[in-house]
Amino acid sequence: MTWRIEVDRTSCVGSGMCTAIAPERFVLVGDRAQAVEAAVEPDDAVLDAAESCPMEAIVVRGENAEVLAPEV
Amino acid sequence: MSTVHEPRAFPFGEPDGLRLPPLFATLREEEPMVRVRMPYGGDAWLVLRYDDVKTVLADPRFSRAATVDADVPRMMPVLSQDTSILSMDPPHHTRLRKLVAKAFTARRTEILRPRTEQIATDLLDAVEAQGPPVDLVQSFALPLPITVICELLGVPQADRADFRRWSDGVLATTSLTAQEMEAAMNSLLTYMAGLVAERRRAPTGDVLGTLVRARDEDDRLTEDELVDFGVTLLIAGHETTANQIGNFVAALFRSPPHLAALRADPGLVPAAVEEMLRLVPLGSGGGFVRIALEDVELKAGLVRRGEAVMADILNANRDGRVFADPEVLDFHRENNPHLMFGHGVHHCVGAQLARMELQVAITALLRRFPSLELDVPADEVEFSTGKLVRGPVALPVRW
Repeated sequence: MTWRIEVDRTSCVGSGMCTAIAPERFVLVGDRAQAVEAAVEPDDAVLDAAESCPMEAIVVRGENAEVLAPEV
Repeated sequence: MSTVHEPRAFPFGEPDGLRLPPLFATLREEEPMVRVRMPYGGDAWLVLRYDDVKTVLADPRFSRAATVDADVPRMMPVLSQDTSILSMDPPHHTRLRKLVAKAFTARRTEILRPRTEQIATDLLDAVEAQGPPVDLVQSFALPLPITVICELLGVPQADRADFRRWSDGVLATTSLTAQEMEAAMNSLLTYMAGLVAERRRAPTGDVLGTLVRARDEDDRLTEDELVDFGVTLLIAGHETTANQIGNFVAALFRSPPHLAALRADPGLVPAAVEEMLRLVPLGSGGGFVRIALEDVELKAGLVRRGEAVMADILNANRDGRVFADPEVLDFHRENNPHLMFGHGVHHCVGAQLARMELQVAITALLRRFPSLELDVPADEVEFSTGKLVRGPVALPVRW
């Protein structure tokens, strides 16, 4: 199973939340976050990062493109 | 980096209004990792430059949890408690943070904007009815964020006098004794436990109600964590914004061209708020101390395992390597990645709420009173001392 991480770099404010919660999955490039790799094995830390982002700039999708996080 | 100096006594004097001690500008260039002797617990590194400050705030090798119940270098006599989200590392920090993160997203905060504007309108109606001179701190800067956070959390405004007094006590540094500070914290915890108990009798949809359900239905936090979290959100939810509203207004009165620019173009307010967040100092203590879990090489030098470090946000925000003309208040600054709300897992959960409230407050105030001015000379505005946050004691205005 593979999840997909989408980061909206225009709404990202560079809080460093995702890069601190899931340092292997997210990196700050020019003060904005991006996914290290868009396709990842299931990993709760990625969900935590999406749930904790103050801008809801991170979306995690499952196999069928369904949104796994954040909960709206 | 080992230093040849004796540790410098910290803080470098009581806060002087909105000014920083001039020593900082020199140290940022010549000694960006300063050995300081803290009021309690011994010596720490004070890190002053932007990149290193960001690293200390976000790198998991610098721990807040390692300060719990430990006699670490610090500003206040009381020790960190393991029930406070402010003293947790992931994954415990993440477990608690996730419970309230939803309530403070940018989207949810925008939903609160119209209500916040209404609160500002009502308060300014009362100011206008009272007539000049009026103290903006008591009549506007304080009640605005208090009303917002009380409604969001579910704390009765009627109890304001009590929790304000206790909150002042919790944020004291030198203005109270250790016993008085602990008594204030205990009063707040008892008060919050009462609000929690009420929710068990009559569930609510506010943030406190959400936390009570997270405990009772899903066991996602302990009772002590729940009560402490409520207290933290209540204090952090109003002391910061209330003081910054006062500080921003005081800063604008000191700089008539900036005040005129905002009056001429209210569309400039969001950028002005960001720039004032960068440059107008709130904290007076260098920030929460962290402990290095292993040796870490910062740009300014080596921090050894077990050493205490403070990341100084106010100085990072004045680092000329990141901000052109850093001491200049520039509402047209293009790149403004200030660290006023911190960085990493402890990035202020209320950042978006604070931004919105500050924007609403400044916009509403300038619109209502186009001729607003101080009723005392600007250099006679008195600022609080002996507290972790700084702000005007009173802001007498006329119009």
